[in-house]
Formats: sequence, structure tokens, C-alpha cells
Amino acid sequence: MATSETTEQDLSIQRQSLRVWWQSGDPWIWLTSAAVAVSVTAVLGLVGLLAVNGLAHFWPSEVIAIKHESYGQQTTILGELSEREFIARRQFLEANPQYAGNVANTVERWLLKTGNRQIDPPDFRWVFTHDVVEQSVPTDVVVLERTEWGNAYGYLTAIKQQGMPLETSDTWAELQSRIARSESIREAIDQLQEDQISSINYEIEAIRLEKRRRQLDGVTDFSDLEANETELQAEYVLVENEVFRLTESLERDSLSLTLADGTETVIPISTVIQAWRPNQMSLRQKVGMYFKNLWNFLTDDPREANTEGGIYPALFGTVLMVLLMSLLVTPFGVVAALYLREYAKQGPFVQLIRIAVNNLAGVPSIVYGVFGLGFFVYLVGGTIDDLFFPEAKPAPTFGTPGLIWASLTLALLTVPVVIVSTEEGLTRISRDVREGSLALGATKAETIFKIVLPMASPSILTGMILAVARAAGEVAPLMLVGVVKLAPTLPIDGNFPYLHLDRKFMHLGFHIYDVGFQSPNVDAARPLVFATALLLVVIIIVLNLTAITLRNRLEARYRASIN
Amino acid sequence: MTIENRDGDSMNTTNVAIEVPVPQSAVEVAPAPHEWRDEDICIEVSDLSLAYGETAALTNISMQVVRQRVTALIGPSGCGKSTLLRCFNRMNDLIDSVRISGRIELNGMEIHAPTVDVAQLRRRVGMVFQRPNPFPKSIYENVAYGVRLQGRIPKSELDDRVEWALKNAALWEEVRDRLNESALGMSGGQQQRLVIARAIAIQPDVLLLDEPASALDPISTSKIEELIHQLKTDYTILIVTHNMQQAARVSDYTGFLYLGNLVEYDTTNIIFTNPTQKQTEDYITGRYG
Repeated sequence: MATSETTEQDLSIQRQSLRVWWQSGDPWIWLTSAAVAVSVTAVLGLVGLLAVNGLAHFWPSEVIAIKHESYGQQTTILGELSEREFIARRQFLEANPQYAGNVANTVERWLLKTGNRQIDPPDFRWVFTHDVVEQSVPTDVVVLERTEWGNAYGYLTAIKQQGMPLETSDTWAELQSRIARSESIREAIDQLQEDQISSINYEIEAIRLEKRRRQLDGVTDFSDLEANETELQAEYVLVENEVFRLTESLERDSLSLTLADGTETVIPISTVIQAWRPNQMSLRQKVGMYFKNLWNFLTDDPREANTEGGIYPALFGTVLMVLLMSLLVTPFGVVAALYLREYAKQGPFVQLIRIAVNNLAGVPSIVYGVFGLGFFVYLVGGTIDDLFFPEAKPAPTFGTPGLIWASLTLALLTVPVVIVSTEEGLTRISRDVREGSLALGATKAETIFKIVLPMASPSILTGMILAVARAAGEVAPLMLVGVVKLAPTLPIDGNFPYLHLDRKFMHLGFHIYDVGFQSPNVDAARPLVFATALLLVVIIIVLNLTAITLRNRLEARYRASIN
Repeated sequence: MTIENRDGDSMNTTNVAIEVPVPQSAVEVAPAPHEWRDEDICIEVSDLSLAYGETAALTNISMQVVRQRVTALIGPSGCGKSTLLRCFNRMNDLIDSVRISGRIELNGMEIHAPTVDVAQLRRRVGMVFQRPNPFPKSIYENVAYGVRLQGRIPKSELDDRVEWALKNAALWEEVRDRLNESALGMSGGQQQRLVIARAIAIQPDVLLLDEPASALDPISTSKIEELIHQLKTDYTILIVTHNMQQAARVSDYTGFLYLGNLVEYDTTNIIFTNPTQKQTEDYITGRYG
């Protein structure tokens, strides 16, 4: 009896204290802080995962030589260790039924990047650790990064000029100087091609279009154009000859490389971008090379179907597109919000429009892509072509996906965000301040432009921040209205009008998709996918931080008067 | 608390007593309504009625406002005194559902006439609101705002105008060194004087003050009241106030409004000492309000 009473009392005390705890609000604090902790962890985890997986790729890791034996056959391979994995015995035996030896419960296997794709594809291969007979880190291994066929691994045996082996005391120094030479020649060729040939081509194309325009107008006198064209063509031949001459001298040198299995291969030095001996490098050299690789990744054009080289055009395209989008969306959204909040008579109809605008923000982005393609590209662009560029037909000028249409489509996609947050800012500005301006003899328009809009600018910027955050990460609609896998030219160059709104461009988001899922070489592409994703996130963060700093400054300026 | 003594030189320094400055209006007696001449009248209101939708706010108000005098409008909350004040610069136009009938003539010009430009009217009839409402700009820009609206003006001339307005609003000495600082950093009383400076910078004929001191502390209030005294030599001033002592102190004429009617309108002296209407007396003596 006594015990049961005590228990009941205890329980009631416990229940009481639980209720007190609940009423104190403490659980609420715990819950909210837990939610914040989870969000922060998720964001940091995401960035951390991208950073770890993406940034390791640029480290010049050591090359190991492995002699391994499988099915009674011994082979030696050279490669960088790129992944370790454990698999279950059963899985191993199912995949290798002929395997005779003893198998542990779990089997370790290594993924080695072995390169030399021109001889022995693929350039990655798996090795089971129990097959390894001998493992070493040979100091004189040379790694070559090449313009084609990926990396090469081997031992440098000779340098050849015009096919004849060169007598030299320091082969390595000789190689480096010859790589530098071919690098400078390659740059000269690129220079010629990008600057002169492209601008000559541009002018010749302009002449062709002018001819066609005159034909359409019924004029048949091309004499002035033809004189000009002949001149350009002569110039073109000159430049072209120079390019041929340079290319020929570029192909002078080659090197011979002994591969892991002892065979010898000859590699033209013209294809070598850089050569290094990772197993001899000090930590400082490696760090230096790491940052050089990172820099090259940011500033180089992609190679080998985007699986190698840099992502500069995609970086450039993304930033340019987002900036253009902001330039288009901000005035448009602000003006629309001004009308809705300041001029339109508030009533059910305006409320209906407001709801419609809010709902527009929820339309799936691919729908905007389809709309952009149908309306902007085909209808607006097609009409522009008919009216202003009939000479270029049947090739479209603006009637094809391009930078301007992608920016416009994304502007349309993000305009609801700008409208909503601008409207919010306008409502927050007190009647006192507006009346103060009106009482001084300002018209409504003067009040709006001199007092209300500056005070609403922090909200406008908030809208822009949200718009940028959404637009920079958008991929689906872009695939329909202007983004391509590989754009031959940047949208900005030295030919008038410098900013080419009609050009197609590359985009980091699409680049991730393309490299990650459309590339034949998955293992080579994977680190690039992570690195590109990290870069995209970093760009969005940088763009946002810039806008947020700007907004906070404005807010500090206007804070006291918003009530 | 220091109250600036305008006749400081003649004061005997040995015989220091707490002296409240004597309001000028008490010295120089304002003429009674029957003594008004036509040229003294600045604003003539006749049969003014105003309704918000179906609710009548003002009914058949007729009154005359005398030039370069201070006219106070008093009455309990919701009696329509602020609404009446806002009629003089057509601030009520901003409200959609408002309907106005009757006439208001400013110096003989009907302000509701279709030819009247509201912005121009408001340049001639300045207004100061209950809560200080400086713009989030510098002190200088606040005062220059109204002047700039009237067209481009040379920088030196603008500087002179800003200084003149700030001096007239008794603010120049306090802010002369920080004209480029934000007006939002000033105290409430300073902000209200800044707003008055902003209003007089465009040199209006009439100043409408809508409870200008109700949000301020006593020191700032006395400064504002003193300012009103100084300003009435140049401007016709209409002031709405809740504070009857304030009305008695600053005004020459007082109108008492009750439920949208102008119950009584006479010299301040008569309204506060010898009102003819019982409603007025009840309100003055504090029986309601």
C-alpha cells in the first residue's frame, strides 16, 4: 500500500516537473537550436564534401609501381592511387570465379590512374591487393600532362630533335626547356588564331553579309567590298602561312618514354603541357604545383570532351549570365512592384494579380525554359532576324538559343521574387515620410524617386540576392535557351560590338551535368565534377555576400526611419 | 532648463527671479473678429464639409484665418481638427474615399479649383506633422530638399537658403558643424525643428502645425513654442494642439471644434476666459475631452 502511494506521488511530481519544464520554454529553445545546428551542419558538410573530393584532384600525388600477378601472369603497372575500396569475399568470388587462392572475408582493391590511354585504354584500373607481388615508389618516374590522350606515366629515356636522339648531360632540364619552347610557340599560334584569324574571319563574314544585304536590296555593285575582301584574303593567307610555319617548328621535338612494362613509346613534345617527377618533389614544390594546377583549372579552356583542362569559359558564362539577368530583372521587378503598391487602386483585382505573381515563383523552371524557347527564341528572336538580319538567313542570328535569351528567361523566372520583396519594402516605408515630402510640394513621382525608392533599396537588393541565388543554380531551362557543352568563343571578345548577346555560352551547372553524366571517362571526370560544383557554390556565395554587404550598408543608412 | 531671455541686457543680474518670458501676444492685443479688415484675412473657409465615405468628419465649417497671427484649433480627439488642418494644403486628397464640399480661399484663390496645381499649393502652405519625419538624408539635404524641387539653383544660393532656414528654426547653432551628418541621428526636438526649417526653407505663406510638440519633452516643447512666436512675424500659422495651455500660450485666436462642428471661434483670450458656448466652457474647464 505504502509503496504504491509513494509511486503515485512520485509520478505526479514527475509529471508536474515535466509540465514545469515544458512551460518554462526550455524545450522550445532546444528544438530551435537543434534545427539551426542541423542546417549549419548540412551546409558545412556539403561544402566540405565538395572541397575534399574536388580539391584533392589538383595535388601532384606520388606514383607507385606495382608488380602484380593474376591468373599466373605477372604485370607491372605505374600509376597514381586514386581510390581504396573493400569488397566482400562473395562479391569478389562471383566476379572472379576462376580465382584459386585463399580469399579473406573482405578484399581490398585499389583504383590506379595509369594513364597512357593512347596505348592501353582505359587509363584507370583496379588492382586487388592480394595480387600485389611487389610495390615501390621509383624516384625517376615522369608524369606528362598532355593536350590529348590524358596523362602519360613512364621513365624518360631520350629527347629527340627531328627524330634524332639528342646528346645531353641533363635530360630533365633539356626537357623542361623544350616544353617551355613549345609552350611559347603554342601561345603564339593561339594568339594568331584568336586575334588575327578570328577578326579576319569576322570581317570576311561581315562582307559576305553586306553582299547578301545588297543583293536583297537589288544592288549588284560589290566592287568596293570585293577589293576589301581580296585584301583580307591575302592577309588571311599570310597569317595562315605564319601559323603553318609555327606548327612545323612546334613539331620539331619529341621524347621517348619507357613504360611500366618496358616498352618504349615516342611522344611529341608539342603535346606536352607540363612534366613533373612527383616522387622527387619536395613538399614545397608540390604545394606550388597544387596552386598552379588550381589556377590553371580556373583559367584554362576545357580539353578532351571537358574531362580535362579548365572551366574558364563556363565560369565566365555563368557570371556574365547572372549579371545580365540581374540587370534585366531588377528594373523590371521594381517598376512592376511600384505600380502594384503605389499607383494601382488596391482591391480584389490587384490582390489577384499579387497572388498570381507569387504563384509564378513556384512554376517549375523547365516550364520557363520551354516558354523561353517558344516565345523568346523562336518568336521574338525569329522576328528580329526577319526584320534586322535578313541577309544572314537561313542561318539564324537571334532566332537561336543564346546569351540574351537565357538571361531573359532567367529574369522572367526570378521576377516574382524581386516584385514580392520590393513590394514588402515599399509597404514598410511609413506614411509620415511620404507625407513629409508631399507637404513640401513634391509630386507623387518626385516622392517615389527621391524618397521612397532610396529607402526601399535594401529590400530591392534582398530581392536581387534571392534572384541571383536562384538563377545561378538553375540548369534545366538554360539547356533549352542558350547553354552548350562547348562554346568555341566567349560572349565577350575584341570584335565590335564586343558583347555578343546572340552567342551560345557555357555554364558551370550544365558543365557539371555534362562532365558527370555525359562523359565517357567517369573516373577522370569525377573529381572535376566535385571541383566544378564547389566552384559554382563559391560563386553563388561570393555574389550573395557582395549583395548582402551592400544591402547592410544601405540598411544602416535608412534604419531609423523605417517603422 | 534655460529659457532664453530676449531682453537679457535690461535684466537686473542681482535680482534674479524665475521669470517666464511674457508671450508677445499677451502684450500686443490681437484685434477681435469684428475689427478684422478684409486685407487681414489670409484664408477664408466657407461652408466646408468633409466626409470619409459615409462618415461625416466636418460639417459646414466657416472661418477666417488672420494673416501673420497664430490660430489654434482645439477640441477632443476625433473632433476633426487635424482633418480641417489637412484641408488647407489638400493633404486629404491622398485618401481615396474622401468627399469635400464648400470653399477654401487662400488669398482670394479657391484651392479646390481645377486650375490649381496641388504641388504649387503645398509649396505655399507648409506643414509640420505630429511625429518628426526627417528624410533619411543629411541635415543639409533635408532642408535643401524642398528648395531643390523648385528647380536647379546655384550651390552658394542653396547654402545661404539652408543656413537662413536653420537660423529661423533656431537650429543653426546646434548643427552648423554637422550639416552632412544624417538627420536621423538628431534628438526628437531637433528633428522637429529641422522639419520646421525644411518647411520654411521654401518660404511658404502659411504654416500648418499638426500637434508639433506632442511627441516631445518639455524642454523641446518650450523651444518649439518660442519658435512659433518668432515665426508669426513672417507667416500665418495654424496649429492643432491637444494641450490647452499650449494653445493659450502661443495663439492669438482659437477655434474649438466638437464632432466636426466649429463650435466657437474668437480671440484666445475670450475663448479661455469668457467663452459664449457651454460646450466650449465644459471643454476648457476639463469636464470632457
